[in-house]
Amino acid sequence: MKNPNSLRLGVGSSFADDRISPAVELAKKGGIDYLIFECLAERTIARENQTKLKNPEKGYTPRLLERMQAVMPVCIEKNIRIVTNMGAANSVYAARDTRRLAKEMGLGDVSCTIVTGDDVADLLKVNPQLEIMESGEPLESLLPQMVSGNAYLGADVICKALETDAQVVITGRVADPSLFVAPMMYEWGWSYDDWNKLASATACGHLLECCAQVSGGCFADPGKKEVHDLARLGFPFADIHNNGNFWVSKVEGTGGRVDLATCKEQLIYELHDPYTYITPDCILDITNLEMYQDGVDRVRIEKAKGRARTDTYKVTVGYDDGYMGEGQISFAGPNAVAKAKYASQVVQDRLKDRGFQYSEVRVDLIGMSSLHGNADARIEPYEVRLRLAMRTSSKTAAQAVGFETRALHVNGPSGASGGSDPVVKEILAVQSVLISRSLVDKQVQIQRITS
Amino acid sequence: MTRVYDLAHGRAGDKGNTSNISVIAYNDAAWEILQKQLTVDVVAKAFSHITTDTITRYELPKLQALNFVIEGALGGGVTRSLAQDAHGKSFSSLMLSIEIN
Repeated sequence: MKNPNSLRLGVGSSFADDRISPAVELAKKGGIDYLIFECLAERTIARENQTKLKNPEKGYTPRLLERMQAVMPVCIEKNIRIVTNMGAANSVYAARDTRRLAKEMGLGDVSCTIVTGDDVADLLKVNPQLEIMESGEPLESLLPQMVSGNAYLGADVICKALETDAQVVITGRVADPSLFVAPMMYEWGWSYDDWNKLASATACGHLLECCAQVSGGCFADPGKKEVHDLARLGFPFADIHNNGNFWVSKVEGTGGRVDLATCKEQLIYELHDPYTYITPDCILDITNLEMYQDGVDRVRIEKAKGRARTDTYKVTVGYDDGYMGEGQISFAGPNAVAKAKYASQVVQDRLKDRGFQYSEVRVDLIGMSSLHGNADARIEPYEVRLRLAMRTSSKTAAQAVGFETRALHVNGPSGASGGSDPVVKEILAVQSVLISRSLVDKQVQIQRITS
Repeated sequence: MTRVYDLAHGRAGDKGNTSNISVIAYNDAAWEILQKQLTVDVVAKAFSHITTDTITRYELPKLQALNFVIEGALGGGVTRSLAQDAHGKSFSSLMLSIEIN
């Protein structure tokens, strides 16, 4: 560590396809001790499980190597440790390929430690009685379609990986804030009875886990909420003191802003009861949390409170949920909306005549009601784009939605234009269950990859 | 009539089929109005064409913010929704469009 009194954590991504160059900039100019990449959305790991089934050497975040290639030289030069969940469904090969890349780049033997054990699919199969959190139904009903089950592990196991002194720590599914909590626990020696400090660490992780969303992303409203140089948003970092207080900031000279407004929006983002935010590391209470502007683009956060962690892990269960078929086509000028509505009816009649069945049909008038609904209450726009999306268990039925929509160019109302290529998506949905910690902890492994 | 937009900013997040939308007051006066007038009933009316499930309002007085947790709002959740905006990110602007006295 560069500063014995303070630890600086930088964040390099908020999802698998996030910008890469701001992470490099942060590593070069941010004076950070750790660079943390969060890249796993809810169902990403389910997708990567399917990839791994097809190719046992894949199944990690597809852009892992592109990211590593960009950041490793500077991270190694400045001794910045990398912590990431880009292992997804295959941390072993993520580490192996990262090390191979480092050698090819002339960076030498880069030490990698991985965390595995989050894959609990086999445990789920023998525990069909577990209750699905969303529906209250037993898990048994999902098991025939299940493609993955991954527990959100906590900071303790990442901490163990950091104890191996590896330059790069790669995990699969862990709770997003835990990626940040772990370096704090490791550097400051915090333990699982210091709940307020863990709460502070979790609040810090929560603020950083969506990366630029705390430094000016997802915020600008021109003329109302200005964000300077949004094209060159700086990714954020946090300075954490041993007492648990922390500051959120960004590299000087980058675009964006870090202030009370951006920090408040991000603190409440994806949080329900502010008294009870459950992670594998603690139960965070932000009801008394305080924020202060401490200079330009720098916010101090204090008084997060914590209660003891629960004895369960949350598990995301990925399952096949049929197909979605989609088609789009546009209309403009006089009577555009009426034409779009007529077109919608034509497509639905055609699909019915062909004997296809859909369990759910969605009709969007883009430019009018596709985001906030309620078409009847809206003013008619000059141009409108019809979007039809339908759910079905049949791939053929899903394909027909787009084909029938595009056929309106010739067979539909006048002026139907710009029909989209038919889209068929295989739906990989997720539900959640809770599983006892003790069942999962037995299978967690910390492994130094040497190949 | 005043729009919530003139008093506050906010952000929408998703968890499963539930949307949460923050409403963060720009100043003390705005906070006082929002705290009194932006009730669950008012929000439920504005979102009635999207969901009629439970809406819970949490207050964060130290941050002068409200957090609305709106169940059943996301067409089955981001992973299976047929909507373009499966995350419901645009719902923050629907919240800010609400008019109050």
